[in-house]
Amino acid sequence: MDEIDKRIINGLQGGFPLSERPYRDAARVLGIAEGDLIRRLSNLIDQGVLSRFGPMYDAERMGGAFCLCAMAAPAERFEEIAARVNAHCEVAHNYERAHALNMWFVLAVDRRERVDEVVAEIEKETGAKILTFPKLDEFFVGLRIEA
Amino acid sequence: MTMHGIDRIDRAITRATQAGLPLVPYPYHDVAAEVGIGDADVVSRMQRMLEEGVIRRIGAVPNHYALGLVANAMTVWDVDDEALGRLGPQVGALEFVSHCYHRPRRLPVWPYNLFAMVHGKNRAEVDEKVAVIATLLAGSCRSSDVLMSRRILKKAGLRLAAR
Repeated sequence: MDEIDKRIINGLQGGFPLSERPYRDAARVLGIAEGDLIRRLSNLIDQGVLSRFGPMYDAERMGGAFCLCAMAAPAERFEEIAARVNAHCEVAHNYERAHALNMWFVLAVDRRERVDEVVAEIEKETGAKILTFPKLDEFFVGLRIEA
Repeated sequence: MTMHGIDRIDRAITRATQAGLPLVPYPYHDVAAEVGIGDADVVSRMQRMLEEGVIRRIGAVPNHYALGLVANAMTVWDVDDEALGRLGPQVGALEFVSHCYHRPRRLPVWPYNLFAMVHGKNRAEVDEKVAVIATLLAGSCRSSDVLMSRRILKKAGLRLAAR
């Protein structure tokens, strides 16, 4: 990762244009060529530095919901349970954490009633009990990560 | 919060872009072709979704692990209910807290009602930040815990299912 990659990561976490040739327009602001920006974004994604490049959608604003869920997965079944949980497209992300409740995942659904449905499906498939932690109030969201 | 909802075409645009924009000179043209509408319609609908907050932002989504923020902690706190409305925003305002939420307790196993995500380059950096939160909550917090991440099992973001 060089200085230009860092400039891209730090300067392009939002505000990507909705124009006919947005990479050209964004590249101009960064002082590089359109093709260079496209190539570098592609490399940063391949290297895993960026998870993706594009719009970030908010399930709640679509009329859906997010829900944090936790489960105590037995060590000997952890990988199997993780695979079953992750197989659901509604699971937006999933972390292993150092705690008796060792698996924490977030459901993102476009209809609120899907939360309970997906929780029931996963409990049935894994035999593990899920605790749900829906958001009651949001005090802050949104860290900008510096490369 | 205002609910906007999305129609069938918005949904098709979401499905075409949720894993990322095409990395080609005319990306919205490719999206339009996939959805079966005009380029200008894609742009105007995405503009509307951005204004409504259905799209939070358009750009790079960094993997904080790859950028060296490998110590990722979910810090959880059992805060007096009557103090939460005052203290929650103060914790959320700390520059190193990326997400801060009031969530339900699940007694008896889970007494914590305030969740604050803290990121750092190592455990010591996270511990320093946790101490700052502890000081802020002192007197109104009965107990707390820090759940370090061991591994990312999945990081995809929203993925709408086919209907």
